[in-house]
Amino acid sequence: MTAQPAPGAFDVWTRADGPLRHIDLHVPGISCAGCISKIERGVRALPGIVGARVNFTTRRLAVDWEDAALSADRIVATVTGLGFEVRPFAPEEAAKADDHGRTQELIRAMVVAGFAATNIMLLSISIWSGAAAATRDLFHAISAAIALPAVIYAVRPFARSAWSALRHGRTNMDVPICIGVALATGMSLYETLTRGAHAYFDGVTMLLFFLLIGRVLDSVMRDRARAGVAQLLKQTPRGALALMADGSTEWRPIDSVAPGMRVLVAAGERLPVDGIVEAGTGLVDRALVTGESAPEPVAPGDRVLAGTLSLDAALTVKTTAAGEATFIADLVRLMEAAEQSKSAYVRLADRVSRLYAPAVHLLAALTCAGWLIAGFGWHAALTTAIAVLIITCPCALGLAVPAVQVTAAGRLMKRGILLKDGGALERLAEVDIVMLDKTGTITRGRPVLDGIGGLAGDDAAAALALAQRSTHPLARALAAELAALGVAAAEVRDVREVPGCGVEGIVDGAAVRLGRPDWVDPAMPRVRDSGRLVTAVRRGGGDAALVRFRDELRPNAAAAIADLRDQGCDVAMLSGDRAEVAADVATSVGIRDWQAGCAPAAKVAAIAARQSAGRRVLVVGDGLNDGPALAAGHASMAPASASDVGQAAADLVFLGDGLDAVPAAVRLARRARRLVRQNIAMAVVYNAVAVPLAIAGVVTPLIAAVAMSSSSVLVIGNALRLRIGGGRA
Amino acid sequence: MTGLTLLIPLALVLGSAWLGVFLWTLRSKQYDDLDGAALRILDEDADRAP
Repeated sequence: MTAQPAPGAFDVWTRADGPLRHIDLHVPGISCAGCISKIERGVRALPGIVGARVNFTTRRLAVDWEDAALSADRIVATVTGLGFEVRPFAPEEAAKADDHGRTQELIRAMVVAGFAATNIMLLSISIWSGAAAATRDLFHAISAAIALPAVIYAVRPFARSAWSALRHGRTNMDVPICIGVALATGMSLYETLTRGAHAYFDGVTMLLFFLLIGRVLDSVMRDRARAGVAQLLKQTPRGALALMADGSTEWRPIDSVAPGMRVLVAAGERLPVDGIVEAGTGLVDRALVTGESAPEPVAPGDRVLAGTLSLDAALTVKTTAAGEATFIADLVRLMEAAEQSKSAYVRLADRVSRLYAPAVHLLAALTCAGWLIAGFGWHAALTTAIAVLIITCPCALGLAVPAVQVTAAGRLMKRGILLKDGGALERLAEVDIVMLDKTGTITRGRPVLDGIGGLAGDDAAAALALAQRSTHPLARALAAELAALGVAAAEVRDVREVPGCGVEGIVDGAAVRLGRPDWVDPAMPRVRDSGRLVTAVRRGGGDAALVRFRDELRPNAAAAIADLRDQGCDVAMLSGDRAEVAADVATSVGIRDWQAGCAPAAKVAAIAARQSAGRRVLVVGDGLNDGPALAAGHASMAPASASDVGQAAADLVFLGDGLDAVPAAVRLARRARRLVRQNIAMAVVYNAVAVPLAIAGVVTPLIAAVAMSSSSVLVIGNALRLRIGGGRA
Repeated sequence: MTGLTLLIPLALVLGSAWLGVFLWTLRSKQYDDLDGAALRILDEDADRAP
């Protein structure tokens, strides 16, 4: 489909790698094992290719080749020829995507802490079971040798976060962790050097190991959610074919296209700039901007926007805005602003730790003071205070939330709902109003033939023949339906696509037209607006047959909306479509509160109005234009049929057609919230029991290790309850 | 007791070997495309060098 831009257009996106060149391409259409091998085999067949590898998770194709052998365009043309749409990955972006540094660092810290914890535990068990004197001292020394480097390595993620919190005058969960770890390690070292009886190396490494498991789980979930906003700009081409004053053409990167410049856009290409059409008439797919699937006709003088797709005609466009000034760049800014307000949300664990950290430190200080006053001397007072810090280290608390969220994510995954971030689950549990987009969310967003009406016999055969030659969505839907009905296409010749109107050709000596009703038969009333989902067929001078389409509702749409109301959520609809269509859909699914004709900014404003009135909004949408709205909602969901940007901006993505995934996700999120609260309550009870023991000075390393692991196991066990029961959640 | 002088270093060496191998798999990006790996197994002539 994508027409080829000028030669050399893709060279901008390559980078030299010694004698080789490298390019990263985004191929969004990769969906199966067959696609991977088809693309890799196709590219490797080219001369000079050193390596071609598809990363399925990120839908990226990385190619290395010998510089002289071929050009990047040839590779792109090959992949396009296999039927995949290709977009270049900017080299700096590709580098960014390679580095999911945070998760990698956490995983490394986790395995190091795990290694140290298991090995030290072996030594500790023999100490607990009676090793004494020289043996115990030796084992303590070996433990110290393992623990010291491991602790220094594994505590870094916590130390960094604690430090940045302290520098901003805040405290978080990581502050008591770091203080506890540092003091416990220091004291254990002192005990080891002075041949004392108690060293806490096992407890410290185990604590770090458990906490890092929680962090890794959380970070892995978050990684999937990244690279959202950057996707949107990828929809606009990175360069344009500029028409010079002397009539020659020149390929320019988008940075050097200035307003006033004339740009050529081939059929099937996305527009690189905002501008006014100077020459050419055709259909433009504006789904990117409006989210509505029906293409709109454009003629000289009409305004067109960057990122929209010219379907069937070559256009000459006079640039009015390029790059950062385009409408789509505005959309990106809207989304970024909305994302920022969302990141201000404080996760439950952090809210708990705001109270927790000061309380724990106060308790340890009081213990130390108490033991000093009671006259036990510095050593005893400090050891007891440190024991309090170790026993209160938020081990169970650190696992309480991620354990539940990962279990919930697994449960949702089975139900066909992908959760991208643990925080999203917490926000989803809080929503009290659901705002849905219409096209593609409540409805399926693809035209379905509303009965073939008067279309039969030779009319049908002729219509099929023409429809097969067109790329218009209505024509495609018609062709698919007629072919399914067993209609055989008629013999057609001289087929011509008339931009903005339809297709015409000659069947059995008679001219046949398929397309806009008023073009097919000038006697028909011009129905520009409501004609969007109507097409007509006319053979020779006969009567035109009208074919109507409708946008079908998603399965279970009405039931899902009723279910949401049962759970105490209000339901509203925001649509970019016209009022009549919106009203129709709203009544058929039982939504009373709806708004039509919303531009992306209007949707964001409507959402913001509810949020500032104290409501928590769940936004469900699919289009690129819903990106800002999805980012603005307290939580957001998108169907898997949504555009890349819609999916990237949403917190949850549901596979499958049924809208009942939305109430199911809300129900599970609320159940998860209950379990998280139970877990936190359990952690508090554990502390209520263990802290008095620690203050009394009876906590040995053995008791600390048992208490820590048993409370963690308890919390994880409670989280696993989410896997069972709960009916259809 | 004599066994310990052999067993403790042995346990540590084996443990470190495991740790090293895991870190190597992590660094060589074997966990980068887990979904893709699951699909590649379906490709019959995938026995070529990447």
